[in-house]
Amino acid sequence: MKMKRVASLMLASVLAVGSLAACGNDSGSEGGESASSDTFKIGGIGPTTGDAAAYGIAVQNGAQLAVDEINADGGINGKQIEFKFEDDQNDSEKSVNAYNTLKDWGMQMLVGTVTSTPCTAVVEETHKDNMYQLTPSATAVESIQYDNAFRICFSDPSQGTASADYIADNGLATKVAVIYNSSDVYSSGIYQNFATEAQAKGLEVVAAEAFTADSKTDFSVQLQKAKDSGAELVFLPIYYQEASLILTQADRMGFDTTFFGCDGLDGILDVEGFDTSLAEGVMLLTPFTADAQDEKTQTFVKAYEEAFEIAPIQFAADAYDCIYAIKAAAEQAEITPDMSVSDLCDAMKTAMTEITIDGLTGSGITWDESGEPSKEAKAVIISNGTYEAM
Amino acid sequence: MSFISYLINGLSLGSVYAIIALGYTMVYGIAKMLNFAHGDVIMIGAYVALTCMTSAGLPPLVSVLIAVVACTVLGVLIERIAYKPLRNAASPLAVLITAIGVSYLLQNVALLIFGANNQSFQSVVSWAGLSLAGGALNITGETIVTIVVCVIIMVGLMLFIRKSKAGQAMRAVSEDKGAAQLMGINVNGTIALTFAIGSALAAVAGVLLCSAYPSLSPYTGAMPGIKAFVAAVFGGIGSIPGAFIGGILLGVIEILARAYISSQMADAIVFAVLIIVLLVKPTGILGKNVQEKV
Repeated sequence: MKMKRVASLMLASVLAVGSLAACGNDSGSEGGESASSDTFKIGGIGPTTGDAAAYGIAVQNGAQLAVDEINADGGINGKQIEFKFEDDQNDSEKSVNAYNTLKDWGMQMLVGTVTSTPCTAVVEETHKDNMYQLTPSATAVESIQYDNAFRICFSDPSQGTASADYIADNGLATKVAVIYNSSDVYSSGIYQNFATEAQAKGLEVVAAEAFTADSKTDFSVQLQKAKDSGAELVFLPIYYQEASLILTQADRMGFDTTFFGCDGLDGILDVEGFDTSLAEGVMLLTPFTADAQDEKTQTFVKAYEEAFEIAPIQFAADAYDCIYAIKAAAEQAEITPDMSVSDLCDAMKTAMTEITIDGLTGSGITWDESGEPSKEAKAVIISNGTYEAM
Repeated sequence: MSFISYLINGLSLGSVYAIIALGYTMVYGIAKMLNFAHGDVIMIGAYVALTCMTSAGLPPLVSVLIAVVACTVLGVLIERIAYKPLRNAASPLAVLITAIGVSYLLQNVALLIFGANNQSFQSVVSWAGLSLAGGALNITGETIVTIVVCVIIMVGLMLFIRKSKAGQAMRAVSEDKGAAQLMGINVNGTIALTFAIGSALAAVAGVLLCSAYPSLSPYTGAMPGIKAFVAAVFGGIGSIPGAFIGGILLGVIEILARAYISSQMADAIVFAVLIIVLLVKPTGILGKNVQEKV
């Protein structure tokens, strides 16, 4: 372990030096590029490989779809958009590297990053550069702690609170067990707020079991304790990869209960080799379902399936809304591609608080200066291998 | 009833650690080096077995055998290419660092070939297991197979080391390489054989690990590898029964700590126990205190 730690420290320092060098180069090339460029350059960062790949790929696809539509429709303020997406494997170091790569490319606005932990690292960089950032799905409070950053999705506190409210208000259970990842800011953030709200709503948290990134394969103890505690529902504020293992192991030990999760469970049906029948009846809090009947969703789902041959998950919808939110704010602020990154950011910051978006993930979405969106929470249940609205 | 269930889960996890720890301890006992790439050989073994089962559609048992052969070849190759030329290097650090290098090399090669996506591992055990006490106690087939396989391997290895000619050669090399060579023992061959056995065991451990916890990524072997290394030191590195006892104890302590003390603190407790054991008995539970000869 120690050896590996030392090795990664060394790697980290090499990377840090690399990124410093990249910063140095930037200021020169940037000025030249933005003056000559006639397009908006929007960058995206997220995991397209690794544990959370389903999220990154969905965001990349969803954003690309929106960009193509807008470009075909005449662009933003008459200017075309260029969109480039970089993989970060859900890793903070790789994410900052991806950010530097995109800056070298001439990025003016950032859609991302997709996951909370890397986003919290990258927001430090965008804040330093005063680059406008809109994340489709990073839910940690710290992920948008500066005034240049906004998000489409709910934050962890509001997801934890909304989950407890939903379970209590719909009478799903009175005794709840929680299995969460104590080494992950997304998971522990939701858990803490869930616990507080559960108490306020009269739900009893009978077992709160943790696991860490170093021991995320064996859940026998956590499940046994949840089973023994007499919980009627197990709350899983975690990502789908671990959730798929939990469902498999719960099935093996004969633990039949209701599982309830947040947006992190979205994508569980796409896990390679996972027996999706085990996910039947799993409920999750998500602002988007592909089977919603409204025209906007249906058009989006059809276009998405045609382009990528897979049904869109919530992350794709989040990303799609991101691009349209950028368009609305950009038109409100009347920005042009020849403005500097910092001027663009200042103009967008003000415009974001003035716009109202009717998107796929909610209608009448508005933002305040903290960057948090205001919209309504919805839940879905997995049934017959698809997500169905509840 | 929960206690029994925890204990059995601990034994199962401990058995996997024990099989991996055997590889560490044999190589250390005979070649006097720490093979940090051992954990990643486990991962390669699991990938080979999975590929055989899913892409080639072979039956589980055949796939496991192919994985064992592949890992044996890989282990011997690693030894021949990366470790043997450094065996007489001035600093023992050289071969240690090479081992870390091999570990990262294997991880990144796997990353290139299989991608970073986690894959669900198809269990090689088709038996559903036992349901005792009216369903209150469920023991999965994987758990039972893991424990049984571990005991068989342990007994087989002990017999091999004590009774067979190759086993005697191993003991001789471990005691004194120079003297063994003078007695006509093929030292290089014996060390290669040690790596072959250790890597074959790694393949078995990989398949069992991924059958019990059905998730496989290029980093799957890293953490169990380190825990097993701890188990080997815990039991007394160089000692085969020590690796077995260390592995089982580590697994049981880990699960019981998670169950009865705190699920957040389980890993910290495991390593705290290790520190205490080493403070009291620096050579580990079964380690012999060998006086350094001058």
